[in-house]
Amino acid sequence: MSGAAILQATADGILMGGVYAVTAIGLTLIFGVMEIVNFAHGALMMLGMYVTYWLFTLFGINPYLTIPVSIAVMFIIGWLMQRYLLNKIINAPQHNQLLLTLGVMLFLENLALFVWSPDFRSINVPGLDTSIQLGVVSINKPKLLAFAFALILTAVLFIILQKTVLGKSIRATSQERDGASLVGIKVKNINAIAFGIGTACAGVAGSLIVPFFFTSPGAGAVFLLRSFVVAILGGLGNFWGALVAGLIVGLAESLSGLFLSGSWNDLVIYGIFVLVLLLRPTGLFGGGRLSGSH
Amino acid sequence: MARTKKGGSVAKSKAMLGWALPVIIILLVLPWFVNSYLLNLLIMVAYGAYLSQCWNVMSGYAGQFSFGHAAFFGLGAYTSSLLFVDAGFSPWLGMIAGALVAGLIGLIIGYLSFRYKLKGHYFALATLAFAEILRAIFTNTPFFKGAMGILIPISSKSTMFQFSKKVYYFYVIFALLVLLTVLLRYISRTRLGLYFVAIRENEDAAAALGVNVFRYKLAALAISASLTALAGTFYAQYFSYIDPNLVFGSEVSINAIIPAIIGGVGTVWGPILGSLVLTPISELTGTLLANYSGMNLMVYGFILIIVIIFLPEGVMGWIQNRRTQYKVKQDKSALARKEGKIHETPLS
Repeated sequence: MSGAAILQATADGILMGGVYAVTAIGLTLIFGVMEIVNFAHGALMMLGMYVTYWLFTLFGINPYLTIPVSIAVMFIIGWLMQRYLLNKIINAPQHNQLLLTLGVMLFLENLALFVWSPDFRSINVPGLDTSIQLGVVSINKPKLLAFAFALILTAVLFIILQKTVLGKSIRATSQERDGASLVGIKVKNINAIAFGIGTACAGVAGSLIVPFFFTSPGAGAVFLLRSFVVAILGGLGNFWGALVAGLIVGLAESLSGLFLSGSWNDLVIYGIFVLVLLLRPTGLFGGGRLSGSH
Repeated sequence: MARTKKGGSVAKSKAMLGWALPVIIILLVLPWFVNSYLLNLLIMVAYGAYLSQCWNVMSGYAGQFSFGHAAFFGLGAYTSSLLFVDAGFSPWLGMIAGALVAGLIGLIIGYLSFRYKLKGHYFALATLAFAEILRAIFTNTPFFKGAMGILIPISSKSTMFQFSKKVYYFYVIFALLVLLTVLLRYISRTRLGLYFVAIRENEDAAAALGVNVFRYKLAALAISASLTALAGTFYAQYFSYIDPNLVFGSEVSINAIIPAIIGGVGTVWGPILGSLVLTPISELTGTLLANYSGMNLMVYGFILIIVIIFLPEGVMGWIQNRRTQYKVKQDKSALARKEGKIHETPLS
C-alpha cells in the first residue's frame, strides 16, 4: 500500500464526507424539530438530482446554477409533505410517522422509475471533468466544489438557526412544542418550514453530486443509509456533529475501500452504525435538540 | 397503532372456528380448480400473509418495531439452500436448521439491542443495520457464493421440498400460515401473550409489575426470527434462486411490515387481511404494467400513505372501532329504553 494511495483515499473520503454531511444535516434538522426519522430523505435527494440533471440536459444550465431551483422545488415539496401528510399524524405513535415517510419513499422512487426509467444517467460538464493535481493527490473538481458548498450550507443554516427569528422559532419548537405554541409561534407552520429546509438540504446534496455520480431512481437509497449513519453518529439534531460525522464516515468508507476488497467497506460503515447505536445512541458529541453547539 | 382488545369468550372462539373451518376446506380444494396464474396468486397471498404474521409476533404484539426482518428471512433461505446445494441435505431439514440459525442470530441481535436499551427509532434503525451487515457479509464471502447467489437444482422430489405441481407449494405455505395463526391466537391468550402486550403498551409499567421485560422481548424476537426463516426457505424452494440482495434487501423487510400495517398491527387477522388486499393489487400491477418494474411498490407506497393517515389502526382496527361504536350505541339505546320504562312505571 503506497503512501500516495492512502493520501488519495483520504482526500476522496474527506470530500465525499462533505456530501454525506449535507444530506445528514437535512435529516438531523427534521429529526431535531419533529423527531421524525425521514425514510423519504434519499428519495427527495434523488428528485434534487433529476432537477439538476434535466435543467442541464434540456437547457444546458450549469449544474451549480441549478442549485437555487433545486432548493426552491425541494423546499416546496418538503413543505407540502409536512403540511398535508405528516402534520395530520403529528400525535400518532413514532413508527406511524416513520411508515408514512417510508410510503413516500416507495412512492417517489418508483414513480421516478416509471417516469424516467431505471437508466443510469450521467452528465458531462465542460471544464469540470478535469482534476486538480496537488502533489501526488489529484482532486476531482466536482467533489471539491461539493465539499465547499457543504461547508457553506452548514454555516448558513447554523446562522439562520442561531440568529434569525425564524431560526429561534424553529429551535423553540424543537425544544418545547407546547411552550412554543403558547408564546405565539405557529408550530404547524414552523414544522412545515423546518421540513422544507431539511428536504431542500437533500435537494442541494442531490444537485451537488450530479456531476460525478450516476443519476438514477435508486441513487438516493445509497445515500439514505449513509446519512442515517452520519446523523446518528453526529448526534441527531446536532449540525456540527453531522459535519464531523460526515467526514468520519467518508474517511472510513474510502480508507476501508482501499484495504478491503469488494464491498466489504459496507460492513465497516454498518458496523460503525451498530456500535454507535448500541454504545452511544446520542452520537459522538451528544444529541441535541438542535443544539448546534459543539 | 392498534391497541385492540384480545379478550373474547370461548363461545366467540367456537363461532370463529365455525366459519374458519369451511374457509380452510374451500381453500384446500380451490387450488385444484384454478389456473396457474391464480394459483400463483393464492401462493403469494398466503406467503405474504405468513411473512407479515411473523413480523406481527414481535413488532405487533410485543411492540418491538423491526425494520430488518430480511436478516432472518435471508438466514433461513441461505441455511437451507447451502445445506442442500453443498451437503445434499433435504431443505425440509435445512428449514429447521435455518430456523435455529435465525433464532440464534435473533437472540444475539436482541441481546445486544435490549441490553443497551434500544427503543423506538433507534431499535428500528439497528435492525436495519444488522440486516445490511448480513447482506454485506453474504455478498462478499465466497463460502456463501457471494453476489452470484445460489441456484437451487430442480429435482421435483417432495422429499427435497420440490414439487412437480405448484399446488403442493400452496399447501406448504398455507399450512404454515394456518399453524402460525392458530399459534398466535393461542399465545395471545396465554400469559406470554399478555406479557408481550404489556411490554408494548408500557414497558416500565410492565417491569414494575414484575414482568421480566428483557427476557420476553428476547423471546418475541427469537420466535419471530425463527418463523421468518421458514418463509426464507420457502422462498428459496419456490423461486429456485436466491442472492444477497433478494433475501437480505430492505424490500423483504418492507414486505414483512406493510400487510400487517394495512390489515391492523397487533391483531391476529391483520396481516392476513393486509395480504389479501395488497398481494392481488401488487401482482396485478406487476402483470398489467410488466414493463415498469416498480409499479407495485409505487402502489404499496400510495396505499401505505392513505392507510397511515386515514386508518391508522389498519382495516382490523377500523372494523373493531366501528363495532365498539355500534355496541356503545346499542347499549345506550337499550339503557334509554330501560330508563324510559322505569320512568313510565311511577307515572302510570
